[in-house]
Amino acid sequence: MTVAKAMVECLKAEGVRHVFGYPGAAICPFYDELIASDIEHILVRHEVNGGHAASGYARMTGKAGVCIATSGPGALNLITAIATAYMDSIPIVAITGQVNSDQIGRDVFQEADITGSAEPFVKHSYIVKDPKSICDTIKKAFYIAETGRPGPVLIDVPQDVQNMQCEFFYPDKVEIRSYKPTTEGNKLQIKRAAEAFAKAKRPLICAGGGVFLSNAKEELKELAHKCDMPVINTMMGISNIDMSDPLYFGMMGMHGVKPANYAASQCDLLILLGARMGDRAVTALGGLDETQIIHIDIDPAEIGKNVRVTTPVVGNIKTITQQLLEVVPEMKHKEWLDELNGVRNVERSVPEAKPGTVCPKLFIQELNKHIEKDAVIVADVGCNQIWTANNIRLTEGRFLTAGGMGTMGYSLPAAIGAKKACPGRQVVALCGDGSLQMQFMELATALQHGINVKLVVFVNNDLGMVRELQYRIYGREIAVDLTGSPCFDKIAEAYGIKAENVTDISQAGAAITNMLASEKPYLLQVFVDKEVKAII
Amino acid sequence: MKHTISILVENHAGVLARVSGLFARRAYNIDSLAVGVTADENVSRITIVADGDEHILEQILKQLNKLIDVIKVRAVNENELLTRELVLVKVNCTPAQRSELISIAKITEAKISDISVNTITLELSDYSNKIKTFEELLRPYGIKEIVRTGTVAIQRGSASLTI
Repeated sequence: MTVAKAMVECLKAEGVRHVFGYPGAAICPFYDELIASDIEHILVRHEVNGGHAASGYARMTGKAGVCIATSGPGALNLITAIATAYMDSIPIVAITGQVNSDQIGRDVFQEADITGSAEPFVKHSYIVKDPKSICDTIKKAFYIAETGRPGPVLIDVPQDVQNMQCEFFYPDKVEIRSYKPTTEGNKLQIKRAAEAFAKAKRPLICAGGGVFLSNAKEELKELAHKCDMPVINTMMGISNIDMSDPLYFGMMGMHGVKPANYAASQCDLLILLGARMGDRAVTALGGLDETQIIHIDIDPAEIGKNVRVTTPVVGNIKTITQQLLEVVPEMKHKEWLDELNGVRNVERSVPEAKPGTVCPKLFIQELNKHIEKDAVIVADVGCNQIWTANNIRLTEGRFLTAGGMGTMGYSLPAAIGAKKACPGRQVVALCGDGSLQMQFMELATALQHGINVKLVVFVNNDLGMVRELQYRIYGREIAVDLTGSPCFDKIAEAYGIKAENVTDISQAGAAITNMLASEKPYLLQVFVDKEVKAII
Repeated sequence: MKHTISILVENHAGVLARVSGLFARRAYNIDSLAVGVTADENVSRITIVADGDEHILEQILKQLNKLIDVIKVRAVNENELLTRELVLVKVNCTPAQRSELISIAKITEAKISDISVNTITLELSDYSNKIKTFEELLRPYGIKEIVRTGTVAIQRGSASLTI
């Protein structure tokens, strides 16, 4: 069969049911074979959003999401999504068309060195020149993307190669001699970690995105309760523990909440569980010279990179947490928890909203009352992200955001991917009026493919977080005013999507009810005063 | 501090770019680089001399290990290593100066690889500091051209880096 057909057969063998993409000349042979398969293709309106949708899909299924683009500009447009997935360790397989193999390097129409350009942001990449290698390459791509520390893998296939003949044989497993991720924690290190547990009076678990990637939510909960230890999150870890759990104290870091940062600054044992401790999280750890730090991560390169570590443990979070559960006794830390609860229970005043606007904190609190308990909430980047991260309350739900790269325009396409992965769950994207204008073309994608995602846009006519930063450092603002933006309810209506405006908190409950009850995509335009800060 | 790092990689296209790209984007300094195939033709060996403290070295080794094409990485203490660079130096040389230069070659164990009416080309394989001294000895005669390879290194004794 042709390589193009073999590619589709490989995806089927891999269990792929949905792919997100945008066709073009160099990937046409593959697309032509895709028609004949039962894999559903979701046509995004910009290649980058195909990548983000694959990311949202991957995060909900735990399997690699697949995105497709053509050569040159199509592939290049994917790069931001690939880099976003790389930063957050999300498994995606990106398939790109390439110009004919005998034309590579001649600067022909729509030629770009995509494997070279994407190199810093991929876990691995392939350019397929030998038709016989296609099946093995695709198997390896999925294997590399999904195992160890997950990440994006790119497969670039020249158009002429897609038309060549090959034998279809999809291997059950692959052997890569140079790639053997560690899963089990070193026994001696586990023992050392357990000893540190026993000595600690003020222990703290900081749980990150690795808990999701290794499917270790249950183990995290069990460990926290067995050892009576408070839990805080990094941005990527939000919702990996029931947020109503009395042991949960919120998100830490530069934009985190006080109880979490207080806990991080006062603990005598910090257990980093699948958290790479990016610079925005580390700010909370100032002056922890005496604190014992156990860093548990699948990627040895993350250990000791940003944070001093006393006990490193390399391996899969789920496996290591189970290993720990076997050796640690039940504990009680009442005094420490009482102290933290004292910090948590200090009521913060909610800023009063100016007439015609809504306090985003109150809006999100209202949203909490209406969403189903397993809802998926996707936050974009900017103030909306921090408002959502710090105020959403999920019990069995899932919080998604582009934590590491901070890519504006992530929320709607990622929500589309997430909804495709779990059609039975409510999926709500929250974004700002800045980020909406980087992605609203995807309303068409949702509509065309009947993907029932909800979109809340906080409108303050400003790039709020940048503005806040400018005032803090420079005392004035520049280039953050979004005057000229359209009425987003009219934009939604132009797409045939129902929209409502919320200009007063009293309208929020009904608007949210209408949005969630609708069986179609829905947009709520929530007006917010531009003076409202990121941390409220 | 200088570190000599030996890397065994899969011998196919683009691998060197991945390794050198990693150094560039993570802001690690490369002092020298040498690549060649090993006894197994599917495996190449890259030798990199890099500059940085212990923390940077640890990160370099860990990040290199993450590249899928990298099979093995090792940094060995300098005093346990046998290191060599090759240098070719074309020096101005009048017939009257020939015997002087030949005696320099003899002392330094350099080879006379080429000779013309007014130049002489010397070849030396030695460790880095020796090559520096060699260059200084030749400078007064006027160096027309100098070509140096990167450092290659092998562990002293019976220890070896193979897959």
